Amino acid sequence: MNIVERAGARLLAPMLSSAGYAVSIGLAAVARIPHLLRRRRSLFDQMHLSGVKTLHVVLFVNFFIGMILALQLGYELQRFGQQQAIGFAVSVAMVREMAPVMTAVLLAAAVSSAMAAELGTMKVQEEITALEVMSVDVASFLVVPRVFGLMFMAPLLTVLGSIIGILGGGIIATTQLGVDFHGYLLNATEALEDRWVWWLPVPKSLYAALIKSTVFGFTIAVVGCASGLQARHGARGVGDATRSAVRNSIILIIVLNFFLGKLIYTT
Amino acid sequence: MATIELRDVHKSFGAQKVLEGLSFSVEQGQSLVLMGPSGSGKSVILKHLIGLLKPDHGEVEVMGKSVPELSGHELSLLRKDMGYLFQHSALLNWMSVFDNVALPLREGRDCAESEIRERVQKVLALVMLEGAELKLPEQLSGGMQKRVGLARALVTEPKVILYDEPEAGLDPEMSASISATIRRLQEELGTTSVTVTHSTSCAKTVGDLLAVFEKGRIIVSGPPAEVLASELPRVREFLGTPID
Repeated sequence: MNIVERAGARLLAPMLSSAGYAVSIGLAAVARIPHLLRRRRSLFDQMHLSGVKTLHVVLFVNFFIGMILALQLGYELQRFGQQQAIGFAVSVAMVREMAPVMTAVLLAAAVSSAMAAELGTMKVQEEITALEVMSVDVASFLVVPRVFGLMFMAPLLTVLGSIIGILGGGIIATTQLGVDFHGYLLNATEALEDRWVWWLPVPKSLYAALIKSTVFGFTIAVVGCASGLQARHGARGVGDATRSAVRNSIILIIVLNFFLGKLIYTT
Repeated sequence: MATIELRDVHKSFGAQKVLEGLSFSVEQGQSLVLMGPSGSGKSVILKHLIGLLKPDHGEVEVMGKSVPELSGHELSLLRKDMGYLFQHSALLNWMSVFDNVALPLREGRDCAESEIRERVQKVLALVMLEGAELKLPEQLSGGMQKRVGLARALVTEPKVILYDEPEAGLDPEMSASISATIRRLQEELGTTSVTVTHSTSCAKTVGDLLAVFEKGRIIVSGPPAEVLASELPRVREFLGTPID
């Protein structure tokens, strides 16, 4: 093997192995959907941890994202005398892109990392081995509540993030651009009246946000669990697992966002 | 037929040979203690017995079943008849003592909650931990954590128990107490056990048989009193104690 092949093998083999493991964890979680009822107590615990405990950060960040969007887009629109359209621009940007992606990135940083650290610590302290030795189904006991807890909470947080972002944009529109707040809100809601198909009661943009955030929530949790369960070599290994969970989650969010956006808006 | 049997087991991790043709057997109800220097592969033997590792060569049989050849489901069934006390207890930190001990009964066994309660209380009494049910592991001393781990290993009434350094990290008094508890339970329940330890006092208390192990092989075995009195130079060097 030459140096390029050796470098490729060293780099690609662990990456493929980790990716394969994460896919197997995701499939194991899906196969255990019927266990959700039995795991409801852990599921609610995880929903509390991933949803309620991150709510304030999600609201705070999305509020500022809405204000930044209104500020930057508003000044440009103002140059052409189109500042009345600011509600439309902020609303579309927040609901379709910014809220799902920013919320997912925050969840990757706050929740996926915590999952990797928690499961990684359990792994290096032999607690996962103890569960295996006791014939406990680790995927059902530890992975299912985490994956579905986050998957259920991510869309909810995204919707709340979108609302607070639009309100943040409204404050800037009113105070900096001289746009009437009522008019801003009307403009913002009009932007969301695009229907995907006539029988769906919710705007297409909102469906896009819900689909994206559900996929992001599932992905982030699977990556966090898989990274944690692969941890080894003590505290350093837990650190590596946490770092790779956040890094891989964010990369996947960005890549999936592109493909989901393309899929949703070209159909 | 022996309850536990290893025949010509070899295991390497990379270039490092850990087990080199290891063979031993443990009869039903017998307690085997394995002693050896750190890093000699004692815990590796226990991991082979419980199916966490597979040998490169050789046979590992527990209760008549060839452990390396079992499917995931069959291994899970076999493990339900086995208990394992981890060196650092490996308790789940967010669960109370009661929930930790009840875990193997709640997961994968059809036990009613009333039966679980009864069995957990019984086993906590056996290890002298009544009244600690609601405590979290972090609120317990190392010795108490070890006893919770022991209770968890016993609650399923296993036929085989594996103890990985049961006295590790404990003061001499607590170490003696754990060893005595293991011996008492051994006599009361009649389980077959394999104990890995560095402690001669633990070996004397717990074992029916003692094997000193080095470089992947057993260098001497027999009743603990005989082995501890062995004049083999390597045994004396390892034990570091004068012959009585």
